[in-house]
Amino acid sequence: MSRMRRWTGWAGPLLVVVVLLGIWELYVDLGGADPLVLPAPHAIASALYTDRGTLWSNFLVTAQEVVLGIIVGVLIALVLSIGIHFSAMLRRGVYPLLIASQAIPIVLIAPLFLLWLGFGLLPKLAIIALVTFFPVVVTTLAALETVDPDLIKLMQTLDASRLEVFRRVELPASLPGLFTGAKLAAVFSVIAAVFAEQAGSNSGLGYLFTIADSQLLAPEAFAAVAVLSAFAIAMFALLAVAERRALPWAYQPKGDTA
Amino acid sequence: MTVEAPDQEHAEEQSEAAIVIEDAVRRFTSRRGVVLALDGISVRVRRGEIVAVVGPSGCGKTTLLELICGLQNPDGGRVQCAPAALMPQRDLLLPWLSALDNAGVALRARGLSRSAARAAAGPWFERFGLAGFEAARPGELSGGMRQRVSFLRSLLAGKPVLALDEPFAALDAITRAEMQTWLARALQEETRTVVLVTHDVEEAVLLGDRVAVMSPRPGRIVANLVIDVPRPRQRTDPHVVALRAQALRSLGVPE
Repeated sequence: MSRMRRWTGWAGPLLVVVVLLGIWELYVDLGGADPLVLPAPHAIASALYTDRGTLWSNFLVTAQEVVLGIIVGVLIALVLSIGIHFSAMLRRGVYPLLIASQAIPIVLIAPLFLLWLGFGLLPKLAIIALVTFFPVVVTTLAALETVDPDLIKLMQTLDASRLEVFRRVELPASLPGLFTGAKLAAVFSVIAAVFAEQAGSNSGLGYLFTIADSQLLAPEAFAAVAVLSAFAIAMFALLAVAERRALPWAYQPKGDTA
Repeated sequence: MTVEAPDQEHAEEQSEAAIVIEDAVRRFTSRRGVVLALDGISVRVRRGEIVAVVGPSGCGKTTLLELICGLQNPDGGRVQCAPAALMPQRDLLLPWLSALDNAGVALRARGLSRSAARAAAGPWFERFGLAGFEAARPGELSGGMRQRVSFLRSLLAGKPVLALDEPFAALDAITRAEMQTWLARALQEETRTVVLVTHDVEEAVLLGDRVAVMSPRPGRIVANLVIDVPRPRQRTDPHVVALRAQALRSLGVPE
């Protein structure tokens, strides 16, 4: 029964993907688009296979940037969220600046980061962290604000200090928000990595895409995009699994039956 | 606030009383102006006494409890109270902690180690009919069980006064009746000074040594009924029924 359900659960999304790929394939094969502009899925698949060695080694470069960038972004977000949560002054003074930071076009600022931080890993981390910290701050703050004020009063009558209330109540309550933000960040981070690599690098999937694109190797460029997309999905799924493992209480059915 | 001369009678009364509230006034400023929540309320609770406070919604019952717990200060009058632990209407258990760790959260907040808090809370699970549910998270417990854990959490805070804010209002009628019987027995075994705020007159009469009836806002005590019915009390006991009717009359509910 559960195996059956697992099958039907996968069958739907799989069918959608197969149908979309089929339409795409037919459209290109029937001359709807120039294969130099839009390669057919079979061409991309074959590029994925032939270039697998190059794709893999460049994937490892991008994956390292992205994973470290997310970690830095989430840590910055955690510190900022806690600061803003505790200080009305920070909320008024810093929060608007955080919003402003997200209006900066990454494409334009990425070359500057390279000038400031060199050609290596550091500017990539900075760019990815800049893009990823914001959704985490927003969702973590939202989770912190859902804490019931009556619960804080209760803890006060149990002699809990402000720090104890934070540690025992607010911090755990913020974790589902932190995970939600991290899932969003995982997806945005891949785009940020591409911009960062485009601005200056000699490896990575973004670099590979830029090179292939400039040489009119459309299938090879799309193959890099396919790997990036799969990576984003994988990170999102991994975080979702980690969240269920780490916060099982957040997924329990609310047993309100007496 | 007035400073009174420490005469003999006063000193004696001080040692007897766990809670002394005299002419307490509490107002709130809202956009529509000043709201008088409590208008010169006086309550005196002896050590070990269970006082049930009944009143209509918005009569300032919760404000009274927060004064007792020291969560608010009066704008006038005097509030003198032994340390109190609050038990809220909703259980407000921490969903990420087990029942055992929820019960011991006050001990943890005071700096006890996890194992010490668990050792202190453990024996109570048997007594409170929670044995076997130590590791269960609040989401896996029934409403009645959650309230028992919540009560245990307040009890383990080790405060002389328990302030219960409509503890069973969120439960269904059958569970509520069970829990009232359970609480009556638990309080007989574990004597504490209790202020129980409720809008359930029957609950007040079943549990209280005394029932204080409050008027609608601004809150004032309009009647004090001594419940001299021996425990355990039955809902159907004619004395209980009569006292219930009397309390309802004081509240102005037509018969």
